[in-house]
Amino acid sequence: MSDIKKIKDDYIDKLNTENNIEKVNNIKSELFGKNGIISNEFKKLGSISVEERKKLASDLNNIKDELQNKISIKIQEIETKEINLKLEKEKIDVTLPERNIEIGKIHPVSQVIDEISSIFSEIGFSVEEGPDVENEYNNFTALNTPDNHPARDMHDTFYLDNNKELLLRTHTSPVQVRTMLKGKPPFKIIAPGRTYRSDSDQTHAPMFHQVEGLHIDKNINMGHLKGCLNYFIKEFFEVDKIKMRFRPSHFPFTEPSAEVDIGYEIKNGKIVIGEGNKWLEILGCGMVHPNVLKNVKVNPSKYQGYAFGIGIDRLGMLKYGINDLRAFFETDYRWLSHFGFDPLDVPSNYRGLSR
Amino acid sequence: MKFTVDWLKNHLDTKFNNNQIMDKLTNIGLEVESFESTTSELDTFIVAKIINAKTHPNADRLKLCDVDIGSDKTIEVVCGAPNAKNGLLTVYAPPGSIIPKNRMKLSVSKIRGVTSYGMLCSESELLLSNESDGIIELNNKYANKIGEKYFKNTSEKVIDLSITPNRPDCLGVRGIARDLSAAGAGKLKINKKSNLKYRGNQNINVTIKKEKAQGCTIFGSCLIKGVTNKESPKWLKDKILSLGQKPISAIVDITNYVMFDLNRPLHAYDADKIDNEIIVRSSSKGESFEALDNKKYILENDMCVISDRSGVLGLGGIIGGTRSGTEYSTKNILLESAYFLPRSIRKTSKQLNIDTDAKFRFERGIDPLSIEEGLIKASEIIKQICGGEISNLDVKKIETYKKTTINFDPFLFEKTTGFNVENKELIKILEKLGFNVSKNKKILKLAIPSWRPDITQPIDIVEEIVRIKGYEHINTSEPVKTRLKPTLNYHQKLFHFLQRSVASKGYLETVTWSFTDSKINQLFKENDEEIPIVNPISSDLNVLRNSIFPNLLFYLKKNLDRGFKDISLFEIGPAFKGKNPGDQLTVIGAVRAGKVSRLSWNDKERIVDTFDVKKDLIQTLCEAGINKDDIFIDDRTPTYYHPGKSGGVYQNKNEKNAVAYFGEIHPNLIKKLDIKTEGLVIFEICLDYIKESKQKIKDLKSEYKFSDFQKSERDFAFIINKNFKSQELVNIIKSVDNKLIQSVRVFDVFEGENIPEGKKSIAVNVTIQSDEKTLNENDLDKINKLIISSVESKSGAKIRS
Repeated sequence: MSDIKKIKDDYIDKLNTENNIEKVNNIKSELFGKNGIISNEFKKLGSISVEERKKLASDLNNIKDELQNKISIKIQEIETKEINLKLEKEKIDVTLPERNIEIGKIHPVSQVIDEISSIFSEIGFSVEEGPDVENEYNNFTALNTPDNHPARDMHDTFYLDNNKELLLRTHTSPVQVRTMLKGKPPFKIIAPGRTYRSDSDQTHAPMFHQVEGLHIDKNINMGHLKGCLNYFIKEFFEVDKIKMRFRPSHFPFTEPSAEVDIGYEIKNGKIVIGEGNKWLEILGCGMVHPNVLKNVKVNPSKYQGYAFGIGIDRLGMLKYGINDLRAFFETDYRWLSHFGFDPLDVPSNYRGLSR
Repeated sequence: MKFTVDWLKNHLDTKFNNNQIMDKLTNIGLEVESFESTTSELDTFIVAKIINAKTHPNADRLKLCDVDIGSDKTIEVVCGAPNAKNGLLTVYAPPGSIIPKNRMKLSVSKIRGVTSYGMLCSESELLLSNESDGIIELNNKYANKIGEKYFKNTSEKVIDLSITPNRPDCLGVRGIARDLSAAGAGKLKINKKSNLKYRGNQNINVTIKKEKAQGCTIFGSCLIKGVTNKESPKWLKDKILSLGQKPISAIVDITNYVMFDLNRPLHAYDADKIDNEIIVRSSSKGESFEALDNKKYILENDMCVISDRSGVLGLGGIIGGTRSGTEYSTKNILLESAYFLPRSIRKTSKQLNIDTDAKFRFERGIDPLSIEEGLIKASEIIKQICGGEISNLDVKKIETYKKTTINFDPFLFEKTTGFNVENKELIKILEKLGFNVSKNKKILKLAIPSWRPDITQPIDIVEEIVRIKGYEHINTSEPVKTRLKPTLNYHQKLFHFLQRSVASKGYLETVTWSFTDSKINQLFKENDEEIPIVNPISSDLNVLRNSIFPNLLFYLKKNLDRGFKDISLFEIGPAFKGKNPGDQLTVIGAVRAGKVSRLSWNDKERIVDTFDVKKDLIQTLCEAGINKDDIFIDDRTPTYYHPGKSGGVYQNKNEKNAVAYFGEIHPNLIKKLDIKTEGLVIFEICLDYIKESKQKIKDLKSEYKFSDFQKSERDFAFIINKNFKSQELVNIIKSVDNKLIQSVRVFDVFEGENIPEGKKSIAVNVTIQSDEKTLNENDLDKINKLIISSVESKSGAKIRS
């Protein structure tokens, strides 16, 4: 017994100081191999008395367990140490830059159009479009603005022919005409798009964007117009309350007509929408003129409704603090990167209009 | 339309203060643009203090003064005044000021080699006294006013209204007063009855010729004999100045005053310069006259002219002529008050490009019943200021004004506005606006005032009532959420999807003009017609763009010039194919310039190439729902592409129109456009050519099938003609067995060493898998052999051993 105890103690000591995995494995076969020390001890069990055998077998088993346990712990220990050593050598500088990121952006005009579409979609409007080149009739005459009407002077028009028959639309209102001519009431549409006027300075660009709105049904009145625009403005500027003022104005294609102002104030040199005692004109609207309805074959004694036109670029400038309209169209990489929106930032009702 | 509150009060009895008046005006649709004092030349003179006066280095009599001009600013002024000394409070005139005494405009100047910014003023220079020996010495009361205006601006504040084109009546102060009175802001004053005494007849014969194009229907006039024309008295000058106009002479100022007071344009002729008679007629082409703006106008046919026996005197309702103009020496005048047709006025003024206050008014419609009122009011004032005897009024007309009436059902008001106004109130509003109201059961019969040419139908009456009542009375109804159809149709969805898909690949979206420079456009227009703009904003934006690339490359160059190297830009928008409405396509144009992995510490940098944009393009199309397996590529592309390094993309092999192109831009173009970059590749997608899949996504998703049997991969390398397209090779292999061959991928292309001239080696990896069983070696061998034999027979390729 003392022999094997001694063997055990010797090997435990050996194992304790051993750090080489191969040598541990050698010890393992020295002890438990075919002719291993412990294996041989077990073989001896057959040649001793039953009494002794019982005791020895039990001791031997304990020793065997203890050694095997020790070996496997040792192996694990060494392996872990080796892995750690290896990992230590593999350490890289993770603060080095990643592979180049190319960040694309959506132009603020597109983002604002999507915001507007999302808001109006919520209250049942669908999106219509019309061509950028229009004929004189759709752009003016059908909209109750005959050739001799002084209101035409308010639109500096780009023409494509000398007879002034073809032009670049000066507003999105001709989409109203097209929509109503090709369909039957009721109508509930918005029409965002490019519009053109031949003036150009700090606050005017020869091309800009408008969104037209049209809601025609049997009983749509000015109260609905007010409600619709009030809803839109609140949603768009993402404020709970908005100071809004409807004041009479004149557009040939609506009667009565209104311009809408929103309240604002200047705080720390920045414009704050919705509060304050200053007014900012943001859109024109009114009840669609019976002459227009007649021109598009809608019976004005049965149907009525409202229309509005909003400057998209202007809305974007107000919401996102952009000062210069001209910059929208100058394709400056820095400007686009700064004012552009992440392509995944899609305005929607459930996820919110803007981040 | 400009006027003062005082002027308004000539017509309106009101207890409203100025702010209330301004609010009311805006609330009834007469938008107040501004309410400010007219600026005065004297505004620039400010109180200042000499901080330090020292002798001029080059002149003993001059001094160099450091002058405190407020707002923490100190400037240096050279001054010759003996009394200029430290601490003196005085008056400073900055550069740009006009010195009242000699009307000289100050500029920054060097006096004996030292720059002087403006000057310090003497009383004489400011016309305050004759004291010219030294600069003004202000007392200590001014010590805390440094930087403030020295002269108080005493001019009355002027209201500037923006009058919409439908309201000619409000181009006169009286019309504005009438609107205000209807809105409860006071009482319209009743015109005093004239007690003017007339003597003799207007003996210059007036004829309005009955012609088809006659633009004048009424011509009223009177003769005023024995006037003394002179400078206007102060009250009248002030009125004219408040309009932002220059006083000319009493006669002219009075006609202008009446025009702005009553919206009744008048014209005064020197009666002695009229040759015998007045003939109102249509002009003949080639006639000419010199107008009061000192320009000579050559007329076309059918313009309404006022003439005498010698020829044209003036353009009726637009501008008078110098030949019959009044002067200080004028003794006898003929005063004209007429009605000209808006259409005629507008046409003539457009043709001749003339804009005058009279034209502006006649074009919008003048009250045809105001002929006499205008003559009387002007005559009264002329008599007061210039004396003279007034003849009987002479009114010639070829048409009589007929009052129009409208039958108005008050229910239309509520139906349109959504709220109700009692009949009594409604009638009161209309009456105050000048309507004559009579009732016929529920219907109101309304006689329209002669000064309201804009009112022609019941809806106009609704507007009158609601605007006077106030838009704040309109309720705010919650939006009706009913949806009639989906928000976006297929192509609109595609637009939004492609837009964001391209941007997500690192491209910045831009929006550029729909027009461009014809010189650049020409390089991209292919067979499209050029679409010139008749009146372009500038010569380099003179055509509609046939393609998005002219603008995109123009701005790419600008950004490269700004020092950016790696640029990805795109635009989605119209490209025009013809000049008619609808001749346009919705297109995405994208450009990518520079390098990939520039300055990367771990990747090798390389120039962007065709396969970079091909990836961006194909991925975008797939994301938008196009089936990648159906996509067909060929190498026919527009001429602005590199002929060898570009491709067209078709939704499938049988489509006629390419939905997209990609590749390098033609080197000649890069040279012509002078674009300096390491690499430049582009792609474009035509949205209109993308066809909607017949199957909805829910149908496609439900077709989910997969195989769990083992798949095998085999590689093949073929030696094949250099021009043979890999796409075709892949298709040959796929068609060997569509069921078993799951995918074919080209993984190596090689030319050169060991490959015969004119040939290339293509290596493909083929994935083979059955839906029914695990393929054994035998099956695989069979298919391998089939692949090799098919490729060899169909393409002339040889398997590489």
